[in-house]
Amino acid sequence: MDLFSAQLVSKQYANHKALDKVSIHVPEGSIFGLLGPNGAGKTTLIRIINQIIAPDEGELIFMGRKLQPNDIAYIGYLPEERGLYKKMTVGEQAMYLAQLKGLSHHEAQKRLKFWFEKFEIKGWWNRKVEELSKGMQQKVQFLVTIIHDPKLLIFDEPFSGFDPINANLLKEEILAQKENGATIIFSTHNMSSVEELCDDIALIDRSKVILSGGVRSIKKTFKTNTFEVSFDTFEGSLQSILPESFLILDESRDADHRHAHVRIPEGATPNDLIRPMLPFVTIYSIRELIPSMNDIFIQAVTQPTPQPVTQN
Amino acid sequence: MRKIFLIIQREYLTRVRKRSFIVMTILGPLLMAATIIIPIYLATQTNESKTVAVIDETGIFFEKFKDSENIRFHYLVSDIASAKANFNKSGDDALLYIPKTEVSLPVNAIMYSEKNVSINVISYIRNVMSRQIEELKLQARLRELQTDKKEPVAVDDLLRSIKTSVDINTLKIGDDGQESKSYTELNMVLGMFSGILIYFFIFMFGAQVMRGVIEEKTSRIVEVIISSVKPFQLMMGKIIGVGLVGLTQFILWVILTFGIVTIITSTMTTKGVDQSATEQILKQQQAMNPASAELMPENPETGANEMSGVMEAINSVNFPVMIGAFLFFFLVGYLMYAALFAAIGGAVDSEADTQQFMFPITIPLILSIVMAQFIIRDPDGPVSFWFSMFPLTSPVVMMIRIPFGVPYMEVILSMVLLLLGFLGTTWLAAKIYRTGILMYGKKISYKELWKWLRYKS
Repeated sequence: MDLFSAQLVSKQYANHKALDKVSIHVPEGSIFGLLGPNGAGKTTLIRIINQIIAPDEGELIFMGRKLQPNDIAYIGYLPEERGLYKKMTVGEQAMYLAQLKGLSHHEAQKRLKFWFEKFEIKGWWNRKVEELSKGMQQKVQFLVTIIHDPKLLIFDEPFSGFDPINANLLKEEILAQKENGATIIFSTHNMSSVEELCDDIALIDRSKVILSGGVRSIKKTFKTNTFEVSFDTFEGSLQSILPESFLILDESRDADHRHAHVRIPEGATPNDLIRPMLPFVTIYSIRELIPSMNDIFIQAVTQPTPQPVTQN
Repeated sequence: MRKIFLIIQREYLTRVRKRSFIVMTILGPLLMAATIIIPIYLATQTNESKTVAVIDETGIFFEKFKDSENIRFHYLVSDIASAKANFNKSGDDALLYIPKTEVSLPVNAIMYSEKNVSINVISYIRNVMSRQIEELKLQARLRELQTDKKEPVAVDDLLRSIKTSVDINTLKIGDDGQESKSYTELNMVLGMFSGILIYFFIFMFGAQVMRGVIEEKTSRIVEVIISSVKPFQLMMGKIIGVGLVGLTQFILWVILTFGIVTIITSTMTTKGVDQSATEQILKQQQAMNPASAELMPENPETGANEMSGVMEAINSVNFPVMIGAFLFFFLVGYLMYAALFAAIGGAVDSEADTQQFMFPITIPLILSIVMAQFIIRDPDGPVSFWFSMFPLTSPVVMMIRIPFGVPYMEVILSMVLLLLGFLGTTWLAAKIYRTGILMYGKKISYKELWKWLRYKS
């Protein structure tokens, strides 16, 4: 079941269309990647989900019904542009933000105590935010994002500003939130983290969703039946021993082996590739070349879109 | 509702705990106390009495003005023109002229003087005159009742029918014998004081609202917060929170100032300084500050004459109306401007960019202070009227006019217009604010603001 879905959402600004009939489906308990180049409309969509701005058209469904103003209590949002009041102490600030999310004073205190102990930052409670390093501030921010146990967590570029160690910590914490049953929408440019974390994605480019679905099925549709085969230093032409329908895309050699990228025709199997080679060469390895999310991203975005986005 | 309360609470507490707030709260009263005490001290050094020459063409007030410690009266039997011409040589401090009236009893008098005459002297004269006129009226009424033998009249009605207020114009005579109007009257002081107070309050705390919004924007916390609350709630929470800080500071100033003044003057009087002079100026200062009027401890040892004179002056101003209007124009005026300041804060990225947008906001405020001197000269004229109706100038200008007596209908109309102005600016500001706070790193022009106003929510 979808925890959240947006149906045909459009948003028009004075001189450009930020979102054009965008639909996304976020299954409950999954991590959903919202991808796209800068200025594609990701942040606008996230702001619409957070009800910071209202869409011109379209429906937003949350927990099986229309999204309501009070639903912000079930949503945790870590914006890309984030910060804290510099002159306030960490503890006061965390209390303030937690209570704004609807927690009672007592409940906020209890939960914050728990999390400050878990993150080993108890000593920061009475320190002013301006005394903390950027990474430390990010930790506090993450903590107040999840403090009210939201059903839907939205992270906009969560890893920016984290060093690799803290980024890893954050990644683990995001996965832990998923384990606890939270659904996560996660917007990023970092494709490797998409591959590691996301179950589903939507790729937005120039205000439209140009690609969406499960990460594995998208990869499947983007794979081209291309295999890399490594064999010994056979001197003859590889193409001459393969059937014509087997296309050699790339060939290289190093001191020990030759490597070839071969696209096999529809319906053929890797066995059909190896079989004609066996009498002539010794094969050391063969693997399928599956496109990375990075390749898919670049391919999808640089492809000319069938309908150009209307600018008014 | 709970969220907006949380916002107000945060805005209030973080500001009240700031060092600058505490320093201002202590320094302010010290400065104000000094401005009260220094004149008192100077007044105690010169203890000479004033002499007032009286030309009473009506003859009603002959021998009615009694000499007191500080004022001496003597009656002149000459026409006003020659008295004025000889005024500089006569050595009198002031010349009171009560012109003849044909039909009714006199309710006007003119006070000529070289220097400004203190409120006390004028109050005493006004007091004596109105009491005398009331007595004459009462006698006339009683005679009427006796001869007519009509049904008995209620005492209340009777008292109300004889109630008289006397108008004393003060004119200055220069060394060359030229006349010019002088403005020592209590209502002028009251009006200017409250007008300027409102002006400063709006500027000081409006700018604080603006700085607060810019801080939230530059520290990038704003998007975190507006995912929990509506931008409008955040804006109003800030405006109200800062307004309460201002109100707190104001009340603390009043209390501390009078605390300091009372302590210092009581030590001065125990040292044998003339108490009545002290008391007198204290009362005068008190009269300037309407909100503090009740805070002054009564001192029963004051000379009865002066006391009643000052009290009369104070009573001549309608204080419930004055204080009520002050609070209204003070708060609603602040709210209206604070919304505009918040909008500017939302539109820009740093304080350095605020200049071009500050300009149109400060113009009406500065204009109302510049116009103040004309308004005091002609508080009922068309210029005064229109300035006190236009919402952006009415908080200051109406407060200047009110002590001179403004018809209730005009005050209410001005209040309604101000409320509409407040709703209007808040509506406008909310639109700019909610778009502006999410825009970073963009130079904003008026054209851009106009676009924002037309966005749908």
